[in-house]
Amino acid sequence: MKEFAIWALDTALARGATYAEVRVLDTRRRYLSTKNGQCSQVRESQSMGLGLRVIADGAWGFASTDMLTRANVDRIADLAVEVARASALTKKRDVELTPEAKIVEQWAAPCRIDPFHVPISSCLELMLKVDAELRRVRGVTLAETGMDFRRVEQFFLSSLGSEIYQLKTQTGAGYVATSFAGNEIQRRSYPNSFGGQYQTKGYELVEELNLLENAPRIAEEAVALHKCDQCPAGVKDIILDSSQLGLQIHESIGHPIELDRVLGAEANFAGMSFLTVDKLGKLKYASDIVNVVADATPAHGPGLGTFAYDDEGVPSQSTPIIKDGLFVGYLTSRESAAAIGQKHSTGAMRADGWNRIPLIRMTNVSILPGTWKPEDMIADTDDGIYMETNRSWSIDDRRYNFQFGTELGWEIHGGKKTRMLKNPSYGGITTEFWNSCDAICGPDYWTLWGTPNCGKGQPMQSMGTGHGAAPARFRKVQVGVAYPG
Amino acid sequence: MNLTRQRANEIFDKVLKYSTADETEATVSATNYALTRFANNTIHQNVTEENLSLSVRLVSEGRMARVGTNKLDEASIRQLCEDALILTRLQPPDPELLRMPGPQTYRAVARSFSETAELTPQARAEAVAKVVVAAEADHLTTAGVFASGSSAYALFNSRGMQAFHEETTSEFSVTMMNETGSGWAKKTAPYWPEIEPLELADRARQKALASQEPKEIAPGRYTVILEPAAMLDLLGFMILDFSGLAVHEQRSCLTGRVGQKVFGENINFRDDAYHPLQTGAPFDGEGIPRQRLPLVENGEVKNLVYSRQTAHKLGAQPTGHALALPNELSEAPLNIVMEGDRSSLDDMIRSTERGVLVTRFWYIREVDPYHKILTGMTRDGTFWIEGGEVRHAVKNLRFNQSLVDMLNQVETLGSPQRTAGEESFEMVVPAAKIRDFNFASTTKY
Repeated sequence: MKEFAIWALDTALARGATYAEVRVLDTRRRYLSTKNGQCSQVRESQSMGLGLRVIADGAWGFASTDMLTRANVDRIADLAVEVARASALTKKRDVELTPEAKIVEQWAAPCRIDPFHVPISSCLELMLKVDAELRRVRGVTLAETGMDFRRVEQFFLSSLGSEIYQLKTQTGAGYVATSFAGNEIQRRSYPNSFGGQYQTKGYELVEELNLLENAPRIAEEAVALHKCDQCPAGVKDIILDSSQLGLQIHESIGHPIELDRVLGAEANFAGMSFLTVDKLGKLKYASDIVNVVADATPAHGPGLGTFAYDDEGVPSQSTPIIKDGLFVGYLTSRESAAAIGQKHSTGAMRADGWNRIPLIRMTNVSILPGTWKPEDMIADTDDGIYMETNRSWSIDDRRYNFQFGTELGWEIHGGKKTRMLKNPSYGGITTEFWNSCDAICGPDYWTLWGTPNCGKGQPMQSMGTGHGAAPARFRKVQVGVAYPG
Repeated sequence: MNLTRQRANEIFDKVLKYSTADETEATVSATNYALTRFANNTIHQNVTEENLSLSVRLVSEGRMARVGTNKLDEASIRQLCEDALILTRLQPPDPELLRMPGPQTYRAVARSFSETAELTPQARAEAVAKVVVAAEADHLTTAGVFASGSSAYALFNSRGMQAFHEETTSEFSVTMMNETGSGWAKKTAPYWPEIEPLELADRARQKALASQEPKEIAPGRYTVILEPAAMLDLLGFMILDFSGLAVHEQRSCLTGRVGQKVFGENINFRDDAYHPLQTGAPFDGEGIPRQRLPLVENGEVKNLVYSRQTAHKLGAQPTGHALALPNELSEAPLNIVMEGDRSSLDDMIRSTERGVLVTRFWYIREVDPYHKILTGMTRDGTFWIEGGEVRHAVKNLRFNQSLVDMLNQVETLGSPQRTAGEESFEMVVPAAKIRDFNFASTTKY
């Protein structure tokens, strides 16, 4: 890895680049799935290549290749500089970066059980047992399970003199029971929808999830949903379970705080943000009890946004985003931080492969735990709905107007869970919603969820992000909004 | 990096040399891609990529595994074949697994153009520079992409099937905006001169200027005129429902509805990989020739698509729409052509007493899988129509609308065109005027 990186860097600088950084990645992925008692997918892939990002004539260029020969790396370095010079055709000013320290270090994310050393037959055995448990419940028409393992080995080299080697192992696992009856499809997922739970750790995650033990409940709930009443429409208090709150954070806090979005870099595609720079330190984003951090440090936990250095070679950090309800921080890069006069990047630049440039991406954007217990929160709620496990999500391109649906709801009446509700949904305006938060559960109920497939950028990049959350209550929220009357 | 049929053959020969499985399939893919991205009237991201990868599917004693790599030296290919064989042996057999298909005959398609493949960073930057000049003339800010590339794809198996496809791609997408309004336009084509960046920029510019000072309208049911990109991005959410396996597994909104009149009389669409405005290979993920297939005729669901595996399971005929195996989804129609009529957008606006004109939608998600209720937002050009004329821009709206119901409420269709959006793959679709479209809430801009 290292020799190609050095060659690419030196060649780019010799061709006239004033800054250069190289990332050589070797990524291995294994995906296993089952469906209705059969092994569905056994798939493995490996991809290795080199990406070179340069500044020449004051503008950015990038070129990448998977053909790691000296001659080809030389050609790619030429191309990266040529691309940068083409970019300069429209430049208004030279690219400026915050000064950052030279780093020479190696780091490997903790991984107790290497998932690539766990026999596939053992994984499939567990998955097929879960599958059988799901289909044991009459009314389950489709049972699907999956496991997803990824190992990313990366060498980063920059003209600042940095040389950083990082090794990350990520694991994901989950399942879904689907039930079709009458004119309705209902689903229940565990431990989360859209693939399950993902973290930066080894196979020990699978062992912690109690997959088999939860299968009967999940299957029974999927079938029971058909007989439930529809979630009513109106204004009610809602309690979100921690996984749904994680996605709420992702969409209505995590994306708006990406400074490239704020500054217009994503205006044509992923959109912009209502969090314009004049709001920093002034906007009352949320109620006083809400504290949110963007924390990529290993101390925060094994999230999908955990690393030691970002893809510009900036150390991982814990950045306060919302402090006692006040908006205080952005996710930044070296260029965007410099653009708003900040001295350093917050270390949020990440690329999803050797053939992509780093972009500002969420790290682990987490709400800090409060003090409540879930049972006390329910007992304290007179007219509300408890909502579990995301089913749909959508938000406008400046991140104001959102709407979410969940797989299952529980009506709360007079401080008690009274009946199960199907097709729950809620919607609102971001800052109004977060200012209505009046209770957050404590550390015992806080989970660091993984969102494995956050899309951004052109060409599209899919990134894993982490979101720590505990169940929380929001007052007077519009519910039942997704089903036209 | 160019992939010729001969080079792909050489790679496949190496795979066959090292594979000891009962059956072997190899896919060789090559991509050269470049994208110039601009925002705030300057190029801020400018990238190129080249990749050559090999994916091998082995079947041994009724077990199947797929392994891929972009390391194509002899030792890596040998290791790949050994790894794949080990993976097959670590799983239970699938009694329904079919043998791989034998040799096939394909209809030629011409979708590769040297003018596109050879487009340079300089040429893309010069086009962007002209768009920036146009934006600045009206004190607008512009953002977008100009991308071009070429790809080749070879699919072989040990039963003698050989398929090869190459094509080029180009894309121009542009937003023009200021503090109080925005407009957008986009096109994709294998032959890049057809995307006409300056014409698209002018369309986005006009929309941005017309979008100023949007007014709020109350949520409710309105007649809407959906431009083709808006229509496309909604229709894309129904495509997987036409899978034979999805209906069999009761996860499709067409479960129990095949052969029935599900949509309005004026709704007709088919899958047609050979339509002159379509792109893609003339064969599916297993190498079976793609068939032209009517999916909906006069509102009736006429056909589903089937892979070989699904067809065998359900006693149907394969239609050439398989996704590469193994795959939970099995098959999908990827070359949708929706029929239209002759109405222009102007005709639709003139015939509308009160309604909303939608340029495009954003962040569409499925709320209910059987009733096919979708939610999403309007974006970059939403206008109020009254008395047959566009009166003013409106603040963006959230919709919650059943796609099934919507396709029963289509009053007028425009002429079909190759259309690109951001939420679906490209199709050939018309603009449409639709009654009683449900807007549930508004946003602040």
